[in-house]
Amino acid sequence: MDGINALLEGMSSALTPMNLLYAFLGVLLGTAIGVLPGIGPAMAIALLLPLTYTLEVEQAIIMFAGLYYGGMYGGSTTSILLNTPGESASVMTAIEGNKMAKAGRGAAALATAAIGSFVAGTIATLCLALLAPQVVKFAIQLGDPDYLAVMVFAFVAVTTVLGSSKIRGFASLGLGVWIGLIGIDQTSGQQRLTFGIDQLSDGIDVVVVAVAVFAMGEALWIAAHLRRAPARIIPIKGRLMTREDLSRSWKPWLRGSAIGFPFGAIPAGGAEIPTFLSYITERKLAKKPEEFGKGAIEGVAGPEATNNASAAGSLVPLLTLGIPTTATAAVMILAFQTYGIQPGPRLFDEQGPLVWTLIASLLIGNAMLLALNLPMAGLWAKLLLIPRPYLYAGILMFASLGAYAANGTAFDLWLLLLIGGLGFAMRRYGLPVVPLIVGLILAPRAEVFMRRALQISDGHLSGLVNTPFSKVVYALVLLVVLVPLVWGQVRKRRTPPEDPTSGPDGTRLQQHANSEGA
Amino acid sequence: MSDQVQKRGEGRSEYGVSLLLLALGVVAIVDALGLIERGARGFMTARTVPMFVGGLLILCAVLLAVDIARGGRGEQEEGEDVDLSHGSDFRTVGLLAVAFAFNAAFIDRLGWPITGAVLFFGAAFALGNRHYVRLAVISVLLSVVTWYGFFLGLDVKLPAGLLDGIL
Repeated sequence: MDGINALLEGMSSALTPMNLLYAFLGVLLGTAIGVLPGIGPAMAIALLLPLTYTLEVEQAIIMFAGLYYGGMYGGSTTSILLNTPGESASVMTAIEGNKMAKAGRGAAALATAAIGSFVAGTIATLCLALLAPQVVKFAIQLGDPDYLAVMVFAFVAVTTVLGSSKIRGFASLGLGVWIGLIGIDQTSGQQRLTFGIDQLSDGIDVVVVAVAVFAMGEALWIAAHLRRAPARIIPIKGRLMTREDLSRSWKPWLRGSAIGFPFGAIPAGGAEIPTFLSYITERKLAKKPEEFGKGAIEGVAGPEATNNASAAGSLVPLLTLGIPTTATAAVMILAFQTYGIQPGPRLFDEQGPLVWTLIASLLIGNAMLLALNLPMAGLWAKLLLIPRPYLYAGILMFASLGAYAANGTAFDLWLLLLIGGLGFAMRRYGLPVVPLIVGLILAPRAEVFMRRALQISDGHLSGLVNTPFSKVVYALVLLVVLVPLVWGQVRKRRTPPEDPTSGPDGTRLQQHANSEGA
Repeated sequence: MSDQVQKRGEGRSEYGVSLLLLALGVVAIVDALGLIERGARGFMTARTVPMFVGGLLILCAVLLAVDIARGGRGEQEEGEDVDLSHGSDFRTVGLLAVAFAFNAAFIDRLGWPITGAVLFFGAAFALGNRHYVRLAVISVLLSVVTWYGFFLGLDVKLPAGLLDGIL
């Protein structure tokens, strides 16, 4: 099926009044929740999952599309107006955006972020529509060993690319796989890691783990470190974009789209690297590079566009291979799975209309967001004033509602508390949470693929690498692991360790961003 | 994080993560050894993956311990409302956990309208809210509204508990 035609069909089914209403509800909730401090898009979708249990699958998916982009938009408002970046993807936006807001150009910063997100979101969603069918055509021919290889790649990428410590990333992955083992083994029917507890024999509901790690853990962590005086909000001042702002923004928007989409589409996780790349690209290409660090509009336009393009890009592996690469994508997969839908190459055949409705809804939601955000940024900013006790008490309340509603047992609430405690400890000791959730979602499937591949090869390990595709992927895995190691060694040799500026640009900027918040 | 001065003895708790990984790894292997090797073809059985994961976790535990011994520290997560200049406030977290545990323990007996309200009240109190009357009204309102919302809007029946028949 031709992508554009299918997309047009998806448009027609997404444009019914009811479905538009759900899309609107999604973007509204998504923006509100994204603006709220402490709540990112992943937590938002995890908390709202139970609300959609009784919706039709189509309506739920449309709502999630709105939530997905809405949460991204909301996050940029927060990072520009508060002087601390919330999500890692907004770190780069915060550097210049915050400076602009302080200099009385907050309105322009918010506008370039909003329009940039719209432009990049639209371009990247169209790229998704064009690219996804091609990937599916290819992916449909892949066998068990190939899938296993892609999953191994996702594991390695998500643990080595994210966060500052690889060993902590792998520890987090291991924890996720461990939790995924709990329950009856599908092949042999034996109970694993259930310790004789009946409720564990079906395994731990992934939704409960997601709510625990993203909502409980986060709320507990923030509660333990709550600022006595909430961060100061910078009032929105100045004109919307001037002609000069526009002429300085449009190229960064387009470059951001071009950088963000491919990075999102390869299963290497996260918007940190592409937004950083966009930032340094804009700084290098800017006509007035001296403005960087003092509120350069290019430094907001580029990373913000990149952020949204990479969010759309991460839907490519999600929909075509069933591989989540970011926290938000992982929770999106859960949203599908609660309806018994398994994203992957067959999704486009089996649920074709649904997928195209989702992609069309992304475009529609994106346009709605622009209309919601440009004139109403000031209104949204009011949400930042919400009293923190109410906010975090409300998150705990919704988390327990969600976990209870998933299966209707109080046992899940205890699990929520326990795994929430784990989420707290992970934040304290610098274990990234994304590898845990990716490991939990993918490992059980990886085990099935591995067993099937080995059954076919009659137990010979060569059965895991006997296709050209899997060989290529494992070679890439080696590259991802080895290149940073070698690079690190080379750099160490070149610069004496006592040189305070020996850190790469990234760490210096990161520190800059952090000290901004202090 | 770079400007934080490492106090002596600080970071000892980091080894706790290592211990947890070690414990989970051992548990996975012991549990796997208790499985029966049934219908095994090739070398993949129900045991293989748990053994592998157990080994991986133990390896992680060791490598992490080495990293900590060499001065590596986990980078604490930052956020809009997070102030890392103080240590963790465990009194608040403890109170939150108690409020949450109360809900988990009594939701089936007392019902969500009561335990949910206690959860919200307790959590907001723990976080520093001292407008008792306003908070109590909001707590009850929220729990009752969510109960009706889930029941009427989503067809999910949360336990009514003591108030069964009244709601």
